[in-house]
Amino acid sequence: MSAPARLPGSLNANRRLAQWLRFNPDQTITVYTGKVEIGQGVVTAMAQIAAEELDVSLARVRMVSGDTALTPDEGHTSGSRSIDEGGSAMRYACAEARHLLLQEASSRLDIPADKLTVEDGVISGFDRIRKLSYWELPHAGLLDREATAAIKPKPSARHTIVGTSAARLDIPAKATGTPRFVHDLELPGMLFGRVVRPPSYAARLTAFDADAVRKLPGVVAVVRDGNFIGVVATREEQAVKARQAAASAAHWEETPLPADDAGIHDYLQSRQTRDQLIVERTDPAVSARATRSFEARYTKPYIAHASLGPSCALARVDNGRVEVWTHSQGVFQLRHDMAAVLGLPPEKILVHHAEGAGCYGHNGADDVALDAVLLARAVAGRPVQVQWMRDDEFAWEPYGPAMVVKTRAALDPQGNIVDWALELWSNGHSGRPNSAPTTHRVSSLLAAWHLEDPVAKRPQADPPMSGGGGMARNSPATYHFPNERVVAHRVEEMPLRVSALRGLGATANVFAIESFIDELAVAAGADPVEFRLRHMQDARARAVIELAAQQAGWRAGAASDGTSGRGIAFAQYKNGYGYLAVVIEIGLEPDLHVTRAVAAVDVGQAINPDGIINQTEGGIIQAISWTLKEQVRFDRARVVTRTWEDYPILTFPEVPRVEVHLINRPDEAPLGAGEMAGGPVTAAIANALHHALGVRIRDLPLTRERITAALA
Amino acid sequence: MPDPVTLNVNGAQHTVRAEPDTPLLYVLRNDLKLKGAKFGCGLGQCGACMVLIDGHNVMSCDTPLWAAAGKAITTIEALGSLDAPGVLQRAFIAEQAAQCGYCVSGVVMTAAALLARNPDPSETEIKEALARNLCRCGTHVRLIRAIQRAARELRA
Repeated sequence: MSAPARLPGSLNANRRLAQWLRFNPDQTITVYTGKVEIGQGVVTAMAQIAAEELDVSLARVRMVSGDTALTPDEGHTSGSRSIDEGGSAMRYACAEARHLLLQEASSRLDIPADKLTVEDGVISGFDRIRKLSYWELPHAGLLDREATAAIKPKPSARHTIVGTSAARLDIPAKATGTPRFVHDLELPGMLFGRVVRPPSYAARLTAFDADAVRKLPGVVAVVRDGNFIGVVATREEQAVKARQAAASAAHWEETPLPADDAGIHDYLQSRQTRDQLIVERTDPAVSARATRSFEARYTKPYIAHASLGPSCALARVDNGRVEVWTHSQGVFQLRHDMAAVLGLPPEKILVHHAEGAGCYGHNGADDVALDAVLLARAVAGRPVQVQWMRDDEFAWEPYGPAMVVKTRAALDPQGNIVDWALELWSNGHSGRPNSAPTTHRVSSLLAAWHLEDPVAKRPQADPPMSGGGGMARNSPATYHFPNERVVAHRVEEMPLRVSALRGLGATANVFAIESFIDELAVAAGADPVEFRLRHMQDARARAVIELAAQQAGWRAGAASDGTSGRGIAFAQYKNGYGYLAVVIEIGLEPDLHVTRAVAAVDVGQAINPDGIINQTEGGIIQAISWTLKEQVRFDRARVVTRTWEDYPILTFPEVPRVEVHLINRPDEAPLGAGEMAGGPVTAAIANALHHALGVRIRDLPLTRERITAALA
Repeated sequence: MPDPVTLNVNGAQHTVRAEPDTPLLYVLRNDLKLKGAKFGCGLGQCGACMVLIDGHNVMSCDTPLWAAAGKAITTIEALGSLDAPGVLQRAFIAEQAAQCGYCVSGVVMTAAALLARNPDPSETEIKEALARNLCRCGTHVRLIRAIQRAARELRA
């Protein structure tokens, strides 16, 4: 027997049409997606795709997302892959469903299928007299079959819903304060839980007076299991007070960290590493033209996801059955992990997605789900809501990894780049729960490592380049370099817990590439825009660079008056996804700040133009914040970033004008838009700073101290 | 059992039994089931829990119950509902001014206080008014546009 045919995107692993949609008696359609809303608008985009292929109005579509009992397993909602993987599956599933319904209608109406049209779910011939709606047909039976992907989705020229800026389905509730978040869910008899985390990663609990905590008002349970401590109380403020009391009643023995924030980059470069050659291309005839060579080293600190709402989950444990509501980005993967920790078969665990605060990658969402289960287990049958406190999130979330990137290049006498090399050092970028089989019991969930009978940490992973890469994401340049060598050095030791943060390695790699290109342009006496175009062959890349420059009013060779500056940077995300170029304008009084950001974006076919613009605006502002302000602080004892005072982010008065110009290419594949801005924005700010002051800062963030030191 | 405390929330009197040092936020969310205000930090640093007290925007996460008693408390729920959103809320929907939306109700409440005292704020005044509201998604430019739209509609 031959292997089943490969189907598009996540249809391949979820092959039954009935997994994707269902027709309801009230003339609506429930559409199931494994991709979840994390503030990026993807559930609305999926609804648009389904409505488009089915020829129904958007109002008839009801979305169900991320539920182990109801939806397809589409892996994590991450990596800007949702539109690509989930959207293509949705298109083919809905196109085929429509086709099957049309075939059935054709025989019932005695009209050839190619003479039928569908209007808001009503199928009719040209006479409009003989007609049938989807809901009058035996849809359940028709959809109970394996998808073939043999039916081509609509060509983009016929799209009327896809490509429009449909309003986000979730925004009305969010603008009116209507309960919508996992934090807002309430079940009858619900109790409130809080956890007490150790003071540092490897701390051991040496003494704990649980009785002192149990006596407090409202306390229902105090759980101590190895180094895991949690409290459950009737009222939320009682749980918070019990947490404080439990923290005081706990005595820990700490183990020092191997590095502090100031020394982390040297530490990374001093380790034994696993090395991977990412790119090697040589043309000795070209490199022989080299007359001048250059080297630089760039660094990025650990950056926190710093979700505005600390992670939260609701759990109920009853007769060996577990039910969890979570803002995890991968409900099936979380279930798999929890099953291993709890020693339960996965089918005993139900996991429902409910929206959380924006996560921008792997934050505390999965961890708090296990916390809630462990506390719910102590009060069998009663639901327990656990929300992390601010310091839990800051100190324990898995940060975006610190990285070092070294670059080397050579110019020929005409100022062309004839040699290019890049080396990077980093931990792996994924500590997410996943379902990949292992030889022994492992978990990616914090509490599992702290239990009396601990579960081993799942080994840190790093997405392979075939999947867009992790640490080495965007380490190859999109520019045409006849000689290019890229090596990734993977550090196994993890001084701090890390995982996926928006863009993964692309942030540091693009910061380095696009800063270095600027340095080379300066050395070559070239304009940064012209210099980039000179080395760029990809027409879509050239188009975004040209559009950003034009919209920003870029003037080649314009000198700075020393009080302001402008810089440009570009990247094609994952070297195969969307294109983004951005021009950043800065001011310097009283401190470095961004006054204007002008971006040009090409993500192929735009499913929801306003959604793409919204994501790009957000990515730009978040990256300005990273670049100017952000770094997780830690000494040799522990993480000391605990509050927003320790970790300032960009505030409203500091927000610049942001303009996003979209190049829509309806005939190109649609690509995700969430993560493209990070690297280009960081580099464009550093380039603008150089334009203004003539100093090159290669270490993020670009603080006043670093600028002052560079000027001295 | 703590003594009952009477709160005036959105124009109605409510009696709750909670310790006087209980953060107002928890009473609003858990006793009164007003889930619009959110817990963000518990330290008055992020604005996710913003409500109005006697017309001033105040962070409810570090406002103790005793300090709120006897005052007029307004939450986002008083401004409109999903079925009948108020002017400010409609403006946020029209501008699609949210990504995750966790900061939004706090921003709406700060805006409500601002527009009550200044019906025609400049962009700079809006930004300054929102200096204590954090947004992590980077939705700032839309949030500002939504407030400008609401201000226009309220003046019209």
